[in-house]
Amino acid sequence: METGIAIETNELVKTFGEKRAVDGIDLRVPQGGVYGFLGPNGAGKTTTIQILATLLRPDGGIAKVFGHDVARDPEAVRSLVSLTGQYSSVDEDLTGRENLLLLGRVLGFSREQARNRCDDLLEAFGLTDAATKQVKRYSGGMRRRLDIAASIVVTPQLLFLDEPTTGLDPRSRNQVWDIVRALTARGTTVLLTTQYLDEADQLADRIAVIDTGRIIAEGTSSQLKASVGSGALHVHLNDAADRPRAIDILSRAFGDEVFPGSDPADVTGRVDDRSKVPAALATLAADGIALAGFSYGQPTLDEVFLALTGHTADDAEAAAQTNDTEGAVA
Amino acid sequence: MTATTTDNQIVSEKLDAVLASGPRPPRANALTTTLAFGWRAILRIKHVPEQLFDVTLFPIISVLMFTYLFGGAIAGSTSAYLQFLLPGILVQTVVMITMYTGVALNTDIEKGVFDRIRTLPVWRPSALVGALLGDAVRYTLASIFVVALGLILGYRPDGGAAGVVAGVAVLMVFCFAFSWIWTWVGLLARSAQSVMGISMMVLFPLAFLSPVFVDPKTMPEWLQTFVEINPISHAVYAVRGLMSGDSVGDEVLWTFIAAAVLIAIFAPLTMRAYTRRR
Repeated sequence: METGIAIETNELVKTFGEKRAVDGIDLRVPQGGVYGFLGPNGAGKTTTIQILATLLRPDGGIAKVFGHDVARDPEAVRSLVSLTGQYSSVDEDLTGRENLLLLGRVLGFSREQARNRCDDLLEAFGLTDAATKQVKRYSGGMRRRLDIAASIVVTPQLLFLDEPTTGLDPRSRNQVWDIVRALTARGTTVLLTTQYLDEADQLADRIAVIDTGRIIAEGTSSQLKASVGSGALHVHLNDAADRPRAIDILSRAFGDEVFPGSDPADVTGRVDDRSKVPAALATLAADGIALAGFSYGQPTLDEVFLALTGHTADDAEAAAQTNDTEGAVA
Repeated sequence: MTATTTDNQIVSEKLDAVLASGPRPPRANALTTTLAFGWRAILRIKHVPEQLFDVTLFPIISVLMFTYLFGGAIAGSTSAYLQFLLPGILVQTVVMITMYTGVALNTDIEKGVFDRIRTLPVWRPSALVGALLGDAVRYTLASIFVVALGLILGYRPDGGAAGVVAGVAVLMVFCFAFSWIWTWVGLLARSAQSVMGISMMVLFPLAFLSPVFVDPKTMPEWLQTFVEINPISHAVYAVRGLMSGDSVGDEVLWTFIAAAVLIAIFAPLTMRAYTRRR
């Protein structure tokens, strides 16, 4: 086994009944830094992480963590990794301090060492004042921080973070990002799953885009964005009936990469040259198409998916999306 | 106010120090990890004392109801019946509350605590064995409760304090073994409610088709056969014998054999379900 590879999988498969949740995933995650798994709900991100963290047995293929086969030598893998699951994995009825103390003892610290470690962690994560409160009284952000603290009671070689910022307010999200950066600065490899392109963009050195159990694109953030276009223009029309005309006009302005959005009054265009945007908007106005709003920005996960798969993330897992997707039933 | 401003704030230097600190501690031994998980179960009793309601209310209701409802009819007087009934009620009560082991485990799975525990590099059964040891504390509390209630109502154990302690000790061993059924059910069932449903379906006949309430000699022969096979019956004979100072014959031995058989069957089933959940 060569050095420098944290995770290596080959044709990894996991099926639940008829559904192939993981459908032949090949991964090579280098040691150090953050590796991002980007994909909608139900794409297979969590299942892959659960296999790598020894919670699930693969039905096919091989997965190795630091050279140890997760199916054959799970014990060796467990001593190198830590998992912060999508849902809180601390005991809500216990206090934050008790949760960390329990893990400290279980992981081999003496009573005194566990107490010191636990106090240090609580202080570092800004939880000292909440230490003796039951976790069920914590805010979402505090709970998430405790969850991550629980994962580094012993600093792992590899940390799995499954959607660490889903449902958090922006401030708590930034705190989680700071923690991830501090971890990687100290040499821990982080495998992070997310539904948000900007999160992957902010944190990840390399990103794998996952859809229906397969990796459909892999590379650095800039490589991926190059394949999607540098930016996107979103237009929200006053009247959905104008959409075919709007698509027509924008296609002429930007080339062919213009898609109807999930809202019947939405149009999204991929833009490589942003200087074309004002002219395109002016043409829409000249044609009498009234806009309720427009925005120009980084491509969203939806656009990454459109460009890579030809369908939106919503279509990929319509049922799992909580957004208003009326009229977008595939 | 100054104290609260430090909260909710990540302390970068401290975080860096925490991440940098020391080598990995040596792997904890099985006893340490098991006791740590047992400590967790005890902490839960401290934080959620409501869970002791079942432990306290169930025996009060059973003792009062059955003593005064059946006492006169079965034994001629309620006081005579209480002498017969109390050790049986003790066994029935504690065996009935073993099902909360499965409920608690299933709740852990639902809440995600379980996933973290399963990724820890520890002796695999320690989380389960620890939880069962913690439950033994609840069983002990329930036993103390039943015996105290009995003493108040006029129960007099002829086996003395030693007999009572021996009886409770045998019961603890039996219930520890019996709980492995529920750890298995708790791992397989879809929800805490279904764990309860399955447990009641198994426990209700086992607890009542036993010598807890009446002498099996009054039952039809086919039922007597069932009662003799029922492992709870042997626990009842053993505990009753020890507490009333009568000869218990080989009933204690049979109880321990039943316990060993239960563990031999359900501990491996549990561990299999634990390692390959889903």
